[in-house]
Parts: sequence; C-alpha cells; structure tokens
Amino acid sequence: MSVTLARPRSGPAHRPGPPPAPWWRGRRAQGWWYAMPTALIVSVLFVAPLALVVWMSLHRWPLLGPARFNAPDNYIKIADNPLFLDAVTFTLKYTVLTTILLSGLALGLALLVQERRPGVGFFRTAFFLPGAVGFAAAALLFYGMLNNDFGPIDPILQTLGITDEPVKWIGTPDMALFSTIGLVLWRFAGFNMLILLTGLQAIPAEVYEAARTDGASRLQIFTRITLPLLRPTIALMLILSVTGSLLAFDQFFVFTNGGPDNSTVSMVMVVYRDAFFRFDLGGAAALSVVLLVALVLLNVLQMRVLRGRGR
Amino acid sequence: MKPRWRIRLALLAMLTLTTASACGGAEEQAAPGATGGVTITMWTRAATQAQSERLVAAYNKGHKNQVKLTVIPTDNYQPRIAAAAGAGQLPDVFAADVIFVPNYTSQGLFLDITDRVGALPFKDELAPSHMKLGTLDGRTYTVPHTLDLSVWFWNKDLYEKAGLDPEKGPATLKEFAEQARAVDRKLGKDGKVHGTFFGGNCGGCYVFTFWPSVWAAGGQVMDAEGTTSFNDRPPMTDVFEVYRDLYADGVTGPTAKEEQGPTWTGFFPRGEIGVMPMPSTTLGTMPEDMKIGVAPIAGPDGGESTFVGGDSVGVSATSKNADAAWEFLAWTVSDEAQVEVMAKNKDVVARTDLADNKYSAEDPRVVLINSLVAKGQTPYALRFGQTYNDPQGPWLRLAREAVFGDPAKVPQLNTEVTKSLQQ
Repeated sequence: MSVTLARPRSGPAHRPGPPPAPWWRGRRAQGWWYAMPTALIVSVLFVAPLALVVWMSLHRWPLLGPARFNAPDNYIKIADNPLFLDAVTFTLKYTVLTTILLSGLALGLALLVQERRPGVGFFRTAFFLPGAVGFAAAALLFYGMLNNDFGPIDPILQTLGITDEPVKWIGTPDMALFSTIGLVLWRFAGFNMLILLTGLQAIPAEVYEAARTDGASRLQIFTRITLPLLRPTIALMLILSVTGSLLAFDQFFVFTNGGPDNSTVSMVMVVYRDAFFRFDLGGAAALSVVLLVALVLLNVLQMRVLRGRGR
Repeated sequence: MKPRWRIRLALLAMLTLTTASACGGAEEQAAPGATGGVTITMWTRAATQAQSERLVAAYNKGHKNQVKLTVIPTDNYQPRIAAAAGAGQLPDVFAADVIFVPNYTSQGLFLDITDRVGALPFKDELAPSHMKLGTLDGRTYTVPHTLDLSVWFWNKDLYEKAGLDPEKGPATLKEFAEQARAVDRKLGKDGKVHGTFFGGNCGGCYVFTFWPSVWAAGGQVMDAEGTTSFNDRPPMTDVFEVYRDLYADGVTGPTAKEEQGPTWTGFFPRGEIGVMPMPSTTLGTMPEDMKIGVAPIAGPDGGESTFVGGDSVGVSATSKNADAAWEFLAWTVSDEAQVEVMAKNKDVVARTDLADNKYSAEDPRVVLINSLVAKGQTPYALRFGQTYNDPQGPWLRLAREAVFGDPAKVPQLNTEVTKSLQQ
C-alpha cells in the first residue's frame, strides 16, 4: 500500500496576508450555514405551526372570517369538558397497559431471535413485517377481520370449537380496549423488537462468556447482565411507546370510533372532534397546547428517571 | 472544484428543487377546462355519490364548462369541509348533508345566491324543506341537490315464506314489529335471516329511521328553533320501546348494537332482513330480481312521515368561478336534469312540480316516495351535527341507553342534548 502526502506549497517569506474574511464567511458563521437548512425546515414545519396553534388558542377562531381575542376562555372551558377529562383517564389507562404489554412482548421476541441460528432471519422478518403496514390500514384490517357480520375470525373460532357464538370484539368497553391493544401489539411488537435487538447485539459476547465461566445461571445472566446493559435501549423504547400511546388516534378513530358509548375516546380524538365536528378551532388549539405541555413535562421526567438509573 | 463551492452548489440545488416543487402544485390548480371553458371543482359525500356522478356526467357531456367531481367518504366529509374552509381551499361548489347546511351558512361558507335563485322560473317549486334549511336571515345560500327519504322496505319473498301477505306492508310501527317477529320466528332459526335491522351505534341512523315514527304520531323531537330537545317524552319513548323489545327478543340482526353506520344498509339487499327502514336512494341499487315493497314510516298507531334528507348544494364563499358554478347549479335543478337524470334513475326529484313525470309513473313505489316529500320533515338545528351525528355527541348515548341500556337515564341525557343544541 502506498501513501502520498501532500506537500505544503512554498511561497515568498514576506508576502502580505489575505484581507480578513467578512463575518458571513468566517469559521463561526460556517456552523450557522451548515445548520440553516435544518433550522429552516424545523422553523417552517414545527415552530411556525406551534406558534400559530398557541395564537389560535387565545382566540375564538371561525372557519372563515376574522378571529376574536378571547383569552383565557378556551383554557378555562377545558375543565367543563367531561369528554376530555374522561379521555385523559382512558388514555392514561391505555398507555400503561400498552407500554407494559408491548415492552414485555417485544423483549420476549428479541430474546427469541437474539442468537444467530438457522432460520432466525425468517422469524425476525416475520415479526417485523406488520410494522410495514400503515397504522390506519392495520386498524381497518382489524375492523374487517373482527367484524361480526363479514369478518373471518369468528367463523374460524366457531369451526374450531373455541367459541359458541360471535365474540363482540368491539361491543363492550373492555373488549374494545383489549382488541385495540391486540392491534397495537400486532403492529408494533416487531418494531420494538428491532430496537431491543440492536441493544442486545451491542452487549459484548465476552461478558456472557465470563458469566458462564463463573457459573451464572440463565436467570442470573438475564437479570444481572442483559437487563442492566439493555437499559438505555429500553429507555428509548419506553419513551417512544409512552409518547405514541398518549397521542393515540388512528386505532381508535378507525377501529372503535370511540365506542361503545364513548369508552375508547382518546385525548387526540377530542381535539379532532372539537376542531372538525364542532368547528371550535380555538378550543381545539387550547387542548393541543395543554397536551403538548403535558407531553414535554412527562418526557423530561421520564428522561431524568431513566438516565438517573442508568448512571 | 473547491469543497466550499460544492456546498454552495448543493444549497442552490436544494433551493431550486424546493421552489420547483412548490410551483408545480400551484400550476396544477390552474389547469384550464378540457373544452376551453371553465373547469369548476365540486365535492360531494359518498352517501349521494351515484346521484352526483350522474348529474356531473350529464352536465359535462353537453356543456363547454366542465365540472371536476371529488367524492369524499361520508364520515370524513364534515372534517374535510372544515379543514378546507380553514385553509381557504374550498372547491367552487360543494354539496352537504342538508341538516348541516344551517351551520355552514352561519359560518359563512356559502355564497349568497338569493338573486340568482329568485330569477329561476321554478323557484317556488324547489323542495321546501331543503330551501328552508338553506335560508338564513331571509337570504338564500343553497339549492336542493339530492333528496333521500327514509321509508320502510320489506322483502316480499321472505314475507311469503313466513306466511305473511307479501303485498301488504306495515301500516303502523306495531305492525312493523309484528311482521318482523313473524319473519324472524319462521325463517330466523339458522341465524342468517332476521326480522329487522337498524344502526344501533350510529347517531345519524337513529334520527333518519326513528324520528319519522315520532312525526307520524303527531309529535316533535325538538322545538322549532332547534334549541330544546323533546327526546325524553312520548311518542319518542314509545318508539324507543318498540325497537328495544325487538332487540331484546333477538328479532334484529345480532350486530345491530355495534353497527356504526357504514354497513347498515348492506343486509337488506342480501335478502337477510324481512322489513327495515332504508334510504329511498337505495331503491335503484337493489338487486333486480329482488321483490321489494315500500311503505311510509308510521307511528306506533299509524300516520305516515319521512325524514327528508339528502344534500343541498351551494357555491363556496371563496370561489373564483361563481358564475360558472351557478350555471351548473341552475342546470341541476332544471327540467332536463331532474327528469332525464334524477327521475330516470328512480331518484326523488328536487322540485314539487315534477313529482309526476313520465318515469315515476312507471313505478308506483317511486310515486309513493315522491308523495312523501310533502308529508316529511327535515329538522332544523344550528348545532345538529355535533349533537346528533357526532359519535361522541350526547344523542347517541341517549339513544343507546333507551334501546340497549337503562331508559331511566334518558331524561338526564336529554338535558345534555339540549345543552349541546344551545352551545
């Protein structure tokens, strides 16, 4: 292999130096130039809409015509919105259940396909495949599959003798919630498995070998090595799962339509309803701002707890 | 090339691409009409898609101006209108469920067409219920687009097999229940045929199919201003009771309680239902070999009425092609469109002077449906959608408690309905 080094060009010893570069070509400015495309995109797609939402939340905002400043009415009336208050409780319940079940299932799947064995690639692909289906499409798919009138699941269960009559998959509040959680597990378990798999594969094999040499049992290896070293990856998965669950919309809008009897109405569904069914754009904007603030606070809290434990 | 210049070129290329794609979008909007005239845009909801498509196709065939129709799923129609209005991107013309029209006019979404409608020679013959809801403070904003009436359909073959007279449909709600029970008792053992069906988790389905029984019995569901609900008293509670018993006795299809609306009309054409309330617009889409009887919806002890639903259509307030848009709307209510497009396809005509026409005379069921326009009602309420159609609105809870749950909760829920109407 040959290595070529560039030679510095020689020049006259007392040649006058170049004039100082203008500020916009200086080294410090260069950083700003590099960051500018991203800054522009973030400003246009995030900061500006966010500012508009906050501005809207301070006004009575009709579909057409001028807005009227009415702060803080839109925020005060949130307390009088029983649907939103119920939705907060329901969304929190859904978030806790989904996060626990999804994390457990994803970890189980990741451990199953962790080691390289013949055929493991097939299972990794099979577990991840539902993640390639759009979420709204997946919700519609479940609606069709579990539909009591034309869905194929009920006849199959009855033919196999598992059930005697059609199951009311979305007919009762509990069944609607658990059917939706089933949909979310099917759709996201593979994706979360992938996140955990990257964390598992980053754990050096020597650590496991050393533990085995020291006579550690499988359970001890899992609890004393795998879980502690996987903590940063689990933290990422938890943040994604909690945030996604608190912002749940598609699955309830398409699959249960908030029913039965408003038992599966999520917080974002209330925002959507206020904006697009009741045309109360200012009120919907106020709900969005409250939701955003709550999410930011929760994420900060989550990061601190998970980072603190990781140290 | 020095790295710095490469970076500048890359930035320039990105900027050019961004600008080009932005301009591309604007160019698409301004495409001229195919025949050299003006191309106007129109939105309609899927529920009345067939009628809108037929009208647009016939208009485009014979006119220089062209209409580009976009059909939007019924459940998403209201949100799409709201989003488009908020963004100033409404089409030139849009149809809307007639019961939402008062809200839209109060929001200023439609152009004032009072003078243009006034110049029509048949202005007094336009469907009165639709015209009433399209008028605000004495100004007119919409004209009727399609009329969709709720009526009872009965399956004559199933009636015959069940030992009922196939030519005699129900004349009262009680008879309706008796005939549904007879079909279910005789033919429902295998679980495929049912006496009746209704959309039990669909607010719009309840108002469309239950309220005519209230009107037929001489009752009202709201006050004239649409701000106070009367849904906690007879005859509404009597009507609820009839359907409650039918569900409790297993006479309805088992999924009536969960039916959210999209498929509630799908069971009758499959020959699985004896008798049920149906939209009149579906008559023309029924299987040709199916023998169907049509009867007006009756009250518990008689009378007849219907929910005069359907769509009204107006020029959007932000349209830049108002003249071309009105030319199209005026044509849709003309003799040619109403008789040769609407009546020819067994649809209800939007003008009272054309109720008897050469096509309707061929089918006595169409004559019956046309005659109901004058007997039916279209309820008026500024907050109709958020109160009655919204799945999270108070009406659906009330109706479900009344039919499937605890009827004692109805008075309390009725105050919620009134509260929503007064918001």
